[in-house]
Amino acid sequence: MAFTLVALFLLAFLVVPVLTVVTVAFQDRASGSFTLAHFGDFLSNDLFRTSFLNSLYVSLMSVVVASLIALPLAYFTTRFEFRGAILVQTLGVLPLIMPPFAGAVAMGLLFSRTGTVNLLLGDWLDINIPFMEGLNGVIFVQSVHYFPFILLNLVASLKNIDRAMEESAQNLGSHGFRLFRRIVLPLAMPGYVAGASLVFIKVFDDLATPLLLNVREMLAPQAYLRITSVGLEDPIGYVISVVLILFSVLSLWVSSLALRGKDYATVQRGGGGLARRRMSRGQAVLAYAVIILILMLVLAPHFGLFLLSIATIWSFAPLPDGYTLAHYTRVFAESSQYITNTLIYAGLAGLIDVILGTTIAYLVLRTKLAGARWLDYLAMSALAVPGLVLGIGYLRTFFGVTLPGGTSLAAFWGIIVLALAVRRLPYALRACTAAMQQISASLEEAAENLGARRLSVVRRIVLPLMAGGLAAGFITSFATAAVELSATLMLVQSSNDAPLAYGLYVFMQSPAGRGAGAALGIVAVVIVGLSTLLSHLVAERGGGRKSA
Amino acid sequence: MSELLAREPAGIRVEGVDLSYGTTRVLKDVNLEIRPGEFFAFLGPSGCGKTTLLRLIAGFNTAERGRVLVGGKDISALPPWKRDVGMVFQSYALWPHMTVRRNVAFGLEERRVARTEIGPRVEAALKLVGLEGMGERRPAQLSGGQQQRVALARTVAVRPMVLLLDEPLSNLDARLRVQVRRELRELQQRLRLTTIFVTHDQEEANTVCDRIAVMNDGVVQQVGTPMELYDHPANLFVAGFLGTANIMPGTVLRDGGGAAFEIAGGTRIPLPPGLAAPDDARLVFRPQDVSFLPPGADAGGRRLIEGEITHREFLGASIRYGVRVAGAEVLVDAPHMGGEGHLAVGGRAVLALDAARVKLLTA
Repeated sequence: MAFTLVALFLLAFLVVPVLTVVTVAFQDRASGSFTLAHFGDFLSNDLFRTSFLNSLYVSLMSVVVASLIALPLAYFTTRFEFRGAILVQTLGVLPLIMPPFAGAVAMGLLFSRTGTVNLLLGDWLDINIPFMEGLNGVIFVQSVHYFPFILLNLVASLKNIDRAMEESAQNLGSHGFRLFRRIVLPLAMPGYVAGASLVFIKVFDDLATPLLLNVREMLAPQAYLRITSVGLEDPIGYVISVVLILFSVLSLWVSSLALRGKDYATVQRGGGGLARRRMSRGQAVLAYAVIILILMLVLAPHFGLFLLSIATIWSFAPLPDGYTLAHYTRVFAESSQYITNTLIYAGLAGLIDVILGTTIAYLVLRTKLAGARWLDYLAMSALAVPGLVLGIGYLRTFFGVTLPGGTSLAAFWGIIVLALAVRRLPYALRACTAAMQQISASLEEAAENLGARRLSVVRRIVLPLMAGGLAAGFITSFATAAVELSATLMLVQSSNDAPLAYGLYVFMQSPAGRGAGAALGIVAVVIVGLSTLLSHLVAERGGGRKSA
Repeated sequence: MSELLAREPAGIRVEGVDLSYGTTRVLKDVNLEIRPGEFFAFLGPSGCGKTTLLRLIAGFNTAERGRVLVGGKDISALPPWKRDVGMVFQSYALWPHMTVRRNVAFGLEERRVARTEIGPRVEAALKLVGLEGMGERRPAQLSGGQQQRVALARTVAVRPMVLLLDEPLSNLDARLRVQVRRELRELQQRLRLTTIFVTHDQEEANTVCDRIAVMNDGVVQQVGTPMELYDHPANLFVAGFLGTANIMPGTVLRDGGGAAFEIAGGTRIPLPPGLAAPDDARLVFRPQDVSFLPPGADAGGRRLIEGEITHREFLGASIRYGVRVAGAEVLVDAPHMGGEGHLAVGGRAVLALDAARVKLLTA
């Protein structure tokens, strides 16, 4: 019963929309027969070829720049004893609590040709660095936003290396850079590759950041523009969707390949990470200089956005002309529906995810149902579906489905909730599975042995023990759904039904709306920041209970 | 093949070593002399400093005071990679991204040994540990015992001056442990390699090692052969840590002719003349040094103690009884002859103690 319901849900809101997109890409419009003509059109068009190469270039360069930011930080925190480690850890999550497109405009004000940094550089040194020109802007914004994925993975895998791995190499005569190259680097590689492929695909799929920076010659913006301006019938949007899916699958595959090697690399006992050295005074000064520079870079979007949200006028000047709270008043007076909509949509999506996640986890871990594992795989496969593709699929699939009120299902606000839920389901599912795995089956058997019935066991033993994990799963879904824009952008039909991220996007389109958009962005940062904090607290409390 | 791996054995000297972690003193004035070609054990409970001392010799710890000499040369100031001291880690620390062969070849490559020599040396090392033909496997494809042999092969392949083994048997199951410790001994003999073996298990130390340093609380308590340590423990800790010992409180009595030890309940044990008897000493004897006196039998000069049997453990060759004597408990090993009657728990018993076998020891 539960199995059928979950299977039907995934079929209707994941499999069918995605298959529809793929089918349309390969289907002749008139006859409905299989054709590669659309792909031919795609490849023979200069604009699309350029867009494809641009997307590839931007994603790869973002990985490179993000690595340049993450590598020194990972190295300092794992190799040396110094107090900055906690600073770096905080820094590691800061960018993640802000939607990248929210920071994009602020980054423009700080780093563009006429932005603060270049104005100052021009005054002092008479130089102008094109941080934000064209594709550079996308690369810059994306790397500053996504480098934590590389940092966190790299730090985790460095910390997991058994110290004896390094010591035994020293014992056999190896040291310095050779030791790093032959032992440390190969052992840390899986974590790095996993993080890097994640960054690659996030950037490759992202729609909102390039759009806000007015960069249109990339794949995701092209798909969006074709569907919204040419129409739902235009096949190029679908062809681009297939390309996006292909690259998603490819990079997920690379990442899972890398992580498979990681398992056996780190499960040896007596770990504790590499030996840490004390830094000399000179090294410490250098390390702090690098960290502070990166910290400033990482905080730039937050700082810029905040400044913008309280600025009267800010252009062609290092700092705003004056300060005001009017933007916040305006947002709360005129556009509070964005905020309430976000809370409702993200809350519902989180709830759906926890219910689906728990059900699937229970089916996989506690029943012998043959298909349960496939349900798990199916739910996880949502990872490989870019938000834009899911949005296009929903539009195409549900446009013809009419609700009792006479509106199309694709225009109903609930469809946004479903899209958010499907997009975040993999994360919630992993949280639920982890929470359930930590409950030893013998705890349930002990309750049964003492006379508890099945339902009573679930209510009195399983759910209380899982509560922490479920809460963490809910909050993760909620926080990430609150700032999701790719799918939403396709599905929002009227601004009354729109969530915060969409409102932010609309505001940021016009120079007059920027102040209000920034205020909305700060609200988003606060919502996500608070929920992230909450999930850390929940996770810590849950951790205390587990070890008891 | 093993001659490819043998070299002139070197001795190890540890002189006046002090070492602290923060405010905790982990090693206190440690002095040791390990002879060339000797199989030597650091034995002690966890936290006694034995692994710290081993890591000090390998160069992973730095002493505040004192020095370490290997083959007569002071290595205290050398970094780990220049010490030429081979160490096998407790976790084996095999690199998972390399095959067995590349693991074993690693140290030779780092030492810039000629390519033509690396091949035969790796083969010889693998053959020595019985893993020929396994070179292309990954560590994860091997059993725990095989992984340990690879770790050993990797270390002896570089022909280290001395071999350090950090709890090498602790990750193996009980049956394999007995086999591997015998193999370790054979390998050590063949290579005539000075070896230090760290363990908390007295049986392991007793069965494979020439001499043992018993450590507790950062201090070397006693150094000697397994038999010396068992028969002539230097203090209460050594007596209690190696084998089972009865340790009884009481008072030392002296009169003109000699000294005696009075245990609770008033029984006096005369002490052999010349035995040092400090006031805080305790009486120590092994469970086999005391026996039950059958009713009507002659004590024959032995001291008699009366008590009540409180429990009984069957050990196979013997039966170990616990006898409550005036507040203290005495363990008594009685030989098991098969089918013979044994004493019942709760019954009274008279114990005969051979005064010549007792020792007086302090902490």
